[in-house]
Amino acid sequence: MKHEPKLIRINGPVVFADRMGNASLGNQVEVGREHLTGEIITLENDIATIQVYEDTIGIKPGEPVRVLDEPVSVLLGPGILKSIYDGIQRPLDKLKDKSGTFIKRGLNVPAIDLDREWDFRPVVKTGQTVTPLAILGEIPETELVVHKVMVPHKYSGHLSWIAAPGKHKVTDVIARVVTEAGEKEITIMRKWPIRRPRPIIKRLLPNVPVITGQRVIDFLFPVARGGAAAIPGGFGTGKTVTQHQLAKWCDVDIIVYIGCGERGNEMTQVLEEFPALKDPHSQKPIMERTTLIANTSNMPVTAREASIYTGVTIAEYYRDMGYHVAIMADSTSRWAEALREISGRLEQMPAEEGYPAYLASRIGEFYERAGRSEITDHDGTKREGSVTIIGAVSPPGGDFSEPVVTHTRRFVRTFWGLDRDLASARHFPSIHWNSSYSEYDVSRWWEKNSSLSWSDLHRKAMEILKEDDRLQNIVKLIGPDALPDRQRITLEVARMIKEGFLQQSAFSEVDSYCSPEKQLAMIDIILCFYEKAGKLSATGVPASEIMQLPVVDKIFRMKEEIGNDEQAKFTEFKKIVEESFME
Amino acid sequence: MVTGGGKIYKELQSASGPIVVVDRVTDVAYGELVEIICGENIRRRGSVLDISEKRAVIQVFEGAQGISLRETAVKFLGRTLEFNVSKELLGRILNGVGLPLDGAPLPFKGETRSIYGSAINPVVRDYPMDVIETGISVIDGMNTLVRGQKLPVFSGNGLPHNEIAAQIARQARIRGSAGNFAVVFAAMGVKNDDAAFFREELERTGALENATMFINLASDPPEERLVTPRYALTLAEYLAFTQNMHVLVIMTDMTNYCEALREMTSARGEVPSRKGYPGYLYSDLAEIYERCGRIRGSSGSITQIPILTMPNDDITHPIPDLTGYITEGQIVLDRELHQKGIYPPINPLPSLSRIMKDAIGGDRTRPDHAHVANQLYSSYAAVGNIRALAAIVGAEELTDVDQKHLKFGDAFEENFIGQGKDERRTIPESLDRAWQLLSILPAESLHRVSKEEINRYYSHDNQFTQDGGSD
Repeated sequence: MKHEPKLIRINGPVVFADRMGNASLGNQVEVGREHLTGEIITLENDIATIQVYEDTIGIKPGEPVRVLDEPVSVLLGPGILKSIYDGIQRPLDKLKDKSGTFIKRGLNVPAIDLDREWDFRPVVKTGQTVTPLAILGEIPETELVVHKVMVPHKYSGHLSWIAAPGKHKVTDVIARVVTEAGEKEITIMRKWPIRRPRPIIKRLLPNVPVITGQRVIDFLFPVARGGAAAIPGGFGTGKTVTQHQLAKWCDVDIIVYIGCGERGNEMTQVLEEFPALKDPHSQKPIMERTTLIANTSNMPVTAREASIYTGVTIAEYYRDMGYHVAIMADSTSRWAEALREISGRLEQMPAEEGYPAYLASRIGEFYERAGRSEITDHDGTKREGSVTIIGAVSPPGGDFSEPVVTHTRRFVRTFWGLDRDLASARHFPSIHWNSSYSEYDVSRWWEKNSSLSWSDLHRKAMEILKEDDRLQNIVKLIGPDALPDRQRITLEVARMIKEGFLQQSAFSEVDSYCSPEKQLAMIDIILCFYEKAGKLSATGVPASEIMQLPVVDKIFRMKEEIGNDEQAKFTEFKKIVEESFME
Repeated sequence: MVTGGGKIYKELQSASGPIVVVDRVTDVAYGELVEIICGENIRRRGSVLDISEKRAVIQVFEGAQGISLRETAVKFLGRTLEFNVSKELLGRILNGVGLPLDGAPLPFKGETRSIYGSAINPVVRDYPMDVIETGISVIDGMNTLVRGQKLPVFSGNGLPHNEIAAQIARQARIRGSAGNFAVVFAAMGVKNDDAAFFREELERTGALENATMFINLASDPPEERLVTPRYALTLAEYLAFTQNMHVLVIMTDMTNYCEALREMTSARGEVPSRKGYPGYLYSDLAEIYERCGRIRGSSGSITQIPILTMPNDDITHPIPDLTGYITEGQIVLDRELHQKGIYPPINPLPSLSRIMKDAIGGDRTRPDHAHVANQLYSSYAAVGNIRALAAIVGAEELTDVDQKHLKFGDAFEENFIGQGKDERRTIPESLDRAWQLLSILPAESLHRVSKEEINRYYSHDNQFTQDGGSD
């Protein structure tokens, strides 16, 4: 009894325990009489500093601490999809059954239903040789996703037994593998430490775009499968709506949505909206491919810190099955603030703006868990999977020079800068064409999938926007009337691109999702108008007269008036645009 | 919390501002409530901020004046700060720590709750969908308030935020229902006049009997301010989710709350983050603002209108900034509009209501509502650019469309944003007014509304489109 570890000090979510000589960093611990979950973050002599993932009010020095011989982990298995978890993977609907409206502490509920039986179907035979991550069998997890039960990372050898098709619980042994270290049992469910990335065996270049149905993203600043993107913006600039749009429409197999320190009502909105929304590709509710991690702003700050890792570990697990996964993390700033708060409690020396000096390396570690991977099975079949990370950043005062944005920029290759002036004019998505960029080269995909040249159209549209930016500076000084007609047309066409093309209403039935074909058809028409208008104005027709053409209003409205599956109408409309210049 | 409770320690190690340290304590819990006995009848309350095996650091709530190291005793009470809530508290005026200011005793019956509350499980929340009609055009039309929303007013010193909050409290009603309505008012560090203004306002309109006021004045100890909103919200949660009432919580001034928090954390010697505020200001504010909304299984709701004055009118200051990241939008008051004599001086451009989109339109308000709101935003944003240009090249040099925008801008500010302090406009009235004003602009420049809507509502012939047209 004398050598049992016990608490010696409590300071908010950070507590100290002594007699911890045998524990290791990252170990999970159970704190106090109520067995609150915690994690060891520093060790000094015999004293451990522990961050507790729940409220510590009422805990006293002298209460016991139990060290578990494993790091903080998530449970991986079927049943993750369609679930809603808190930051340390406790299922919120089960918590509701136990504690009602308000979340009480000390509730330990397994993340995956241990009693539910799943239909397991083996895809390998006894005697077969298997390598790490080889697929042993399949379980239909939701209407959209088939769960693959894989060989754990360390095992390879031959299968001495595989379960017959039938109902199984996640804790059931479904295979035995004879490895060099002896025969191992494999269950459906397993654990993985949240802070250790699941290794990528072969990395592929990220050059296939994630199609999101958002024109400003797909056409101007694409993100690739396996890439990382950041959306920074002050409050009210539309980060969350953009994240929701991406979660709804992007063409991946699985969505992990992390509400990290955000509003409770926003998570409720996702919970109400996603089951009702249909995926445009499969026509099934998008909830069937989604898992939610909701650690709202008033839930414990330490669990907020963990939520990001919980989410990315789940994503990597599905990637290994051969799925394309996208993570929406809203917002990484709240996660960084959680780091700051904990480091403050530890009295660590602060670096910029009070953030700990390790902020940059933590951000880097997180975004580096994105990637596109290929796994080759023993029989030579290949499967590809990816984790795409899309992180929202909430810089104080919308100032992009603050530490979280500047460090995030170093690790992402797509940057969608949200702009307050655009948001004020209700131009959404308020991703600004001047401050945003994408380094992913996805032109090969577009070449394969479209008859129009994305690269050409992209270059021309960007040129007009750049030229417009330069001209706007002059306009601010002398007014648009002083410009030559040729430049006035550039201004007007730039406005056409901004309002008629880039602006896209998330709440419009027709325009919420825009297919890649429609995107190119639309910009093609605008650029066609630009070319014709330029030629016409060279013959002496004034710009103001050209902009009075009835097609102008139609171009502004085409996004709403022509649907995704009405490609023929665009061809027709382009003809009308061309003809209107002949008269 | 199980504890020995009631243990008294007669010697303090140190006292510095609101922080008191007691050594050689045993069996004391983190967050435990403490009574500080300074003399015969002077008892103050505090709570344990940091506890180790030998030492307890205590934060005093009710002012540290008169604490001495030798004469003061500290009693650990074995529970956290609690508040006895009941419906009887309606009609009462209390101080910042829940003690009566109106002479009557506190109700004996009630339910005892920790003032710190617990996080609402997100799966239990119900998404806010019922529009509250405030009768103020610029709010109802462009930044609609929804039952269960938290919508702060960002103001500045000398701007009429109190009048606006009072007008909302007076006029707010749900379209098509009455319901049992209550107001919980929390004042933190406010001036005597402001407290008197709200008290009189509630009395004058007869709303006081359905209201509870918690008043911490500027001259009261700042430590008290840290618990005032928590007392108010504990009562609000009880009224809303146990008694099924619709509760409007007005909290003013959140800036004073944050200042008090900064004062306290600096006394504790914590590492400061931006502008000296603690690194956990966001989490701390979230604990307050998130105690709001609707939950399944209860017909009540909590709608919050926190008021804060932006230091130096700076919206990027940490207090409005972090608030804006937590709340579901904001109503921003504008000094320039105020100087033009426009009441309420709400600038719609930086204002926002995040959850209006699902609550408006259709039968709930009117099908064209979302489009009209968008069009007003778009056109009024254009007015700003054109005014800047006109200031340089002169209004005469502008194109015809731009000139019309200038005319629209002035008429919009005067007739849509501007209205009387007792004027109540219904939502259809506000929208009709918006269409009349938009009709100043050429129909071709209205891209955010549909053609059908233009055909139905756009009219060249109304009070604003005719020359000199104004009320």
